[in-house]
Amino acid sequence: MTADPNPAQTSPQPAPGRPLVEITNVDKHFGEFHALKDITLTVHHGEVVVVIGPSGSGKSTLCRTINRLETIDNGTITIDGKVLPEEGAQLAQLRSDVGMVFQSFNLFAHKTILENVTLGPIKVRKLGKADADALAMDLLTRVGVEHQAQKFPAQLSGGQQQRVAIARALAMKPKVMLFDEPTSALDPEMINEVLDVMVELAQDGMTMVVVTHEMGFARKAANRVAFMADGEIVEVAEPETFFTAPRSERAKDFLSKILTH
Amino acid sequence: MTQLFLSGTWGTLRLFLLTLVGCLVLGTILAAMRVSPTPVLRVTAHTYVNVVRNTPLTLVMFFCVFGLPYLDIRFAESAGLNSMILATIALIAYTACFVAETLRSGIATVPVGQAEAARAIGLTFGQTLSTVVLPQAVRTVIPPLGSVIIAMLKNTSIASAFNNRELMSAMRNAIELRGDLVITILLATAVVYLVLALILGRVFDLLEKKLVILR
Ligand SMILES: Nc1ncnc2c1ncn2[C@@H]1O[C@H](COP(=O)(O)OP(=O)(O)O)[C@@H](O)[C@H]1O
Ligand SMILES: [Mg+2]
Repeated sequence: MTADPNPAQTSPQPAPGRPLVEITNVDKHFGEFHALKDITLTVHHGEVVVVIGPSGSGKSTLCRTINRLETIDNGTITIDGKVLPEEGAQLAQLRSDVGMVFQSFNLFAHKTILENVTLGPIKVRKLGKADADALAMDLLTRVGVEHQAQKFPAQLSGGQQQRVAIARALAMKPKVMLFDEPTSALDPEMINEVLDVMVELAQDGMTMVVVTHEMGFARKAANRVAFMADGEIVEVAEPETFFTAPRSERAKDFLSKILTH
Repeated sequence: MTQLFLSGTWGTLRLFLLTLVGCLVLGTILAAMRVSPTPVLRVTAHTYVNVVRNTPLTLVMFFCVFGLPYLDIRFAESAGLNSMILATIALIAYTACFVAETLRSGIATVPVGQAEAARAIGLTFGQTLSTVVLPQAVRTVIPPLGSVIIAMLKNTSIASAFNNRELMSAMRNAIELRGDLVITILLATAVVYLVLALILGRVFDLLEKKLVILR
């Protein structure tokens, strides 16, 4: 990563690298319902973009279109210059470059923590079991759950499960990581252990798209905040600017609601 | 007489084991087709299951044992072996529908998020199904799958009507030889089925205990 040109500022300057995820004029309907309206957003190499907005505004849908868990009706999405392929082996290959962390962890219930992390490297990256185990133990240590490696997901706390989910995604050595409200399902005392891992990732230069309402995280790690409402990206700004002086009425209204608590 | 029953039991077991393997394989393929992203596969499996499942087994047997040879499809030189293979095909074709439906109900209990997580790390549809979804689906449907397999064991008796040597045909032969012992022979036959079914039930109980998943 390039050195921060302005170290006095809390958040790094935007757009450190070339485009990695390019979303251009994307539309998405669920039946009659227009869930994403003409979305255009570029995420650069090494950049962290936080997506924020009211419930139902399309944040999850946007996140899921980036690895094609949702198809789109119009527009294009490219990852590192490659257009998302249709269903099939090529799509699977591209998805392996895009890590995803879900609100509800979604660990494989019948597999141990170690197996959860090694499954992708073994099946997709064709790593040998010993190499995959070593890689997984490395990552589990990095997220602080190495002692749980032989347990099953249900035996771990929510915070631990989410950190395993992050390790599972990282095991594929993705180019970009998507987080869809990774701390929303957690008890309050476990939120920080997950956010700390994410901040560290951001500092290591990982490209990230993070749907979250954690302003502390946005301030600490995000280059830009994208505010969504009713399926549109209403405003994109640096975190400080967005939280202290939002331009749009809808953003002001939304912030006043989440700040009253 | 004992000899007759032993060879009959062996015939039933052979029919049962071949069908067991076959119906699990075909049932799994059908269940996979029913949840596949390809519409043609989904419709094909759906149609097959609905047609065959709603046809009496006897008719399915008739079709295989008399229909297939009529179409010049033959599997063995010896008539006995050929009937056995044809009856096995009929049983597999029929039982696979129930296996597929049972598996499909199990697939529905696996949280969608896990399949999405599997696809998100780059597993293909087949890999997602075979490593994440099916292993969990199978564990949740072991009791009803046990019922399907026990029903199949009893259904092997229908093959006796189609020139097969198994328990029921052994029983009929025995009755012809010793008409005076008819009640005893009937009871003995029932006991053999009962013992086989109880053993199967026990196997499924053990499997259920062994494969329980924490949630
Ligand atoms: N699979 C779906 N089928 C129908 N409507 C959906 C589906 N997924 C999301 N939606 C609708 O799309 C809108 C945006 O959803 P979502 O992206 O989950 O919002 P957010 O994550 O911002 O809360 C919501 O109104 C939701 O009801
Ligand atoms: Mg959401």
